[in-house]
Amino acid sequence: MNRMFAIIEREMRKFFRSPTLMIMSLMMPILQLIIIGNAFGGKIVGTHVAVVDYDHGPQAVKLREAFDAVAANIKTFSTIEYQSEVQAREDVRTGKIDAAIIIPAQYSRRVYAEDAPKLGFVVDNSDLFTSATLEGELQSLVDAMNAPQVQDRLAKTIALEVVELYPYVNYLKYLLPMTVALAMYISVMIGGGMLYIDDKARGVHEGYLVTPITKVELVFGLNIAGAIKATLSGISIGVIGSLIAGLGIIFHPMIMLQMLCLIIAGSIAFNGMMFLLMVRVDDPLVPRAMFGILNVLLLYPSGAMYPTASFPKWMQALGVVDPFTYVIHGFKEVLLKDGGWVAIGHDLLFLVVFGIGTLLIATPLFKRTL
Amino acid sequence: MSATPGNHLPAKDDGAPRPIAIAVEHIWKRYGDFEAVKDVNFSVSEGEIFGLLGPNGAGKSTLIRMMTTLIPVTAGKAIVAGHDVSKDPDDVRRAIGVIPQAMTSDLDLTVYENLSIYAKLYGVPHGVREKSIAEVLEAVDLTKWRDAQTKTLSGGMRRRLEIARGLVHNPRIFFLDEPTTGLDPVSRIAVWEMLNKLKATRNLTMLITTHYMDEADKLCDRIAIVDHGTLVAMGTPVELKNSVAGANVVEVHFDREDEEWKGRLEKMEGVSSVQPEGSGFYRVITKSGSKTTMQIVELASSLGETLTSLSVQNTTLDDVFIHYTGRQLRDEQVKAVFSMPPRPGMQP
Repeated sequence: MNRMFAIIEREMRKFFRSPTLMIMSLMMPILQLIIIGNAFGGKIVGTHVAVVDYDHGPQAVKLREAFDAVAANIKTFSTIEYQSEVQAREDVRTGKIDAAIIIPAQYSRRVYAEDAPKLGFVVDNSDLFTSATLEGELQSLVDAMNAPQVQDRLAKTIALEVVELYPYVNYLKYLLPMTVALAMYISVMIGGGMLYIDDKARGVHEGYLVTPITKVELVFGLNIAGAIKATLSGISIGVIGSLIAGLGIIFHPMIMLQMLCLIIAGSIAFNGMMFLLMVRVDDPLVPRAMFGILNVLLLYPSGAMYPTASFPKWMQALGVVDPFTYVIHGFKEVLLKDGGWVAIGHDLLFLVVFGIGTLLIATPLFKRTL
Repeated sequence: MSATPGNHLPAKDDGAPRPIAIAVEHIWKRYGDFEAVKDVNFSVSEGEIFGLLGPNGAGKSTLIRMMTTLIPVTAGKAIVAGHDVSKDPDDVRRAIGVIPQAMTSDLDLTVYENLSIYAKLYGVPHGVREKSIAEVLEAVDLTKWRDAQTKTLSGGMRRRLEIARGLVHNPRIFFLDEPTTGLDPVSRIAVWEMLNKLKATRNLTMLITTHYMDEADKLCDRIAIVDHGTLVAMGTPVELKNSVAGANVVEVHFDREDEEWKGRLEKMEGVSSVQPEGSGFYRVITKSGSKTTMQIVELASSLGETLTSLSVQNTTLDDVFIHYTGRQLRDEQVKAVFSMPPRPGMQP
């Protein structure tokens, strides 16, 4: 047992004496949170929409006043006057403007005559996000203009009353579980993958192997040290990330306890998985080569960035055995929904079983000789 | 083993044979079809410094790794400190200290922390750990560097730390795999002196691998020359040197070239061969360097000739290695760009 603690002591002393390593494993996920959270989470504003008015009637003026209101208030788009539909189309195609609205001749007359008035909307649909936003904005304007001047006392159409269970979750908050999981994964990848193989290549393990340490002591010493490092990383990023994302709930004692349990279980699972992958590897290039692909292979099927329901079946199957899935699900339940122990029980169970299972498989594969 | 000029074990002062610390019997190591070690036999007595000398790739490290339980033995037997390395590896590990070829102390940790962690790995009891660390630090002269970070130490000091690390559990047998590789000449000599001191004060048995001839010559009580996985010769450095025909080389440079010099030198007592090197320079292989030197001086004096230079060289382990393997040590490491002249005692 003392020998196992000696391995842990060595690993932890090395970790705390390597500030660059600590900073890199903590800063990278935080940067990712800030950059991706802000890149994906914001509303689209400041786009340019051409208006080609062939009507110039009162209804066209009313429409353009509505566009000006959008430009002045929510600022999704501002309008630019165009004289030619052909020029407007060309400028959308070449990216000078984002979309074009064509108000055809006789538009006002058709509105008054209730004779199927139509507006043209030319949009660059190669950019799904911008085109969908502009389309939605214009649809809202059109719906508002179609609404009768005087409302019926009793509504005749079916209305959907949406009840949101939780406060608004922006993308920064949505990404926080992924960020914490990623910090733990990076810590394991560096500590349990790269440094482990580097130590092997440097001959450090040779030094261990000539001592009377047992295989189990050595394997568990290395893995417990790795799990402690990942746990410290998870706690640090959990707190810093929550402050950045504005999730004060993390400081509630029960939430803290649930997060701690998930972080420890996740660290054990990540570390066990990494040790199993690296147990027979000797080449220091292998973990470096695996870093990126393993990241994609594990992170995306977990639903960290996009809901798993939209994935093909094979990707969903990958997600079932992916520890990221359970770590992130657990974090979301705790941080975003306050789901309690019931909501994370399954995640904790999977992660602990996965971690112990991978270690049990890796231990006999670990060679006590060179 | 093709030649064993002195395959007897050293005796104690009272003449009684010393107990065997290491016994290697018909040991083999195969990697697929490749035979890294082939039927090697040797014994090392307690308190002896035994050297495995050979070029890179000769099988020295493979041998030491089998004896230190790092790699399994394919066939044969190795008994270290009375324990079979294949059957009782943990007992072997408790009895030995090992200094690997690479310096593996943690640079971010202090000297004390490095030793403390290895003391724990070797199971040194808590009560004696501090005392043991203090003793080994004293032995390797690193006491005042106890709390220094390892990365601040010089190469020689780091090697001494590695040696201290291998001694922290007070082993009976010490294995050192090329302990001075990469060190400057001053640090090498310091390490040799330290190992000799350790041998004397701790009664350690040491097995050292090296490809430095001078290291083996100065440090080892006995040497085994390893080449292509086999032991080609074994004995004390003196025995090995004496086993090579033509013990000395006399190099003489006459001021004036004369075609009769060669014949005159060959007629001298004890001279086995004379190699003219040109411009009055001759290499004379002789059984007695001092006697031949005197004869040359007398010859020159009687003829009224002047000697530009005259030197005597003893047979070196280099000559021994060439004698038994037919090539120089450095041939393995650097491709020759020119042909070396024939050396004394070289086998055709």
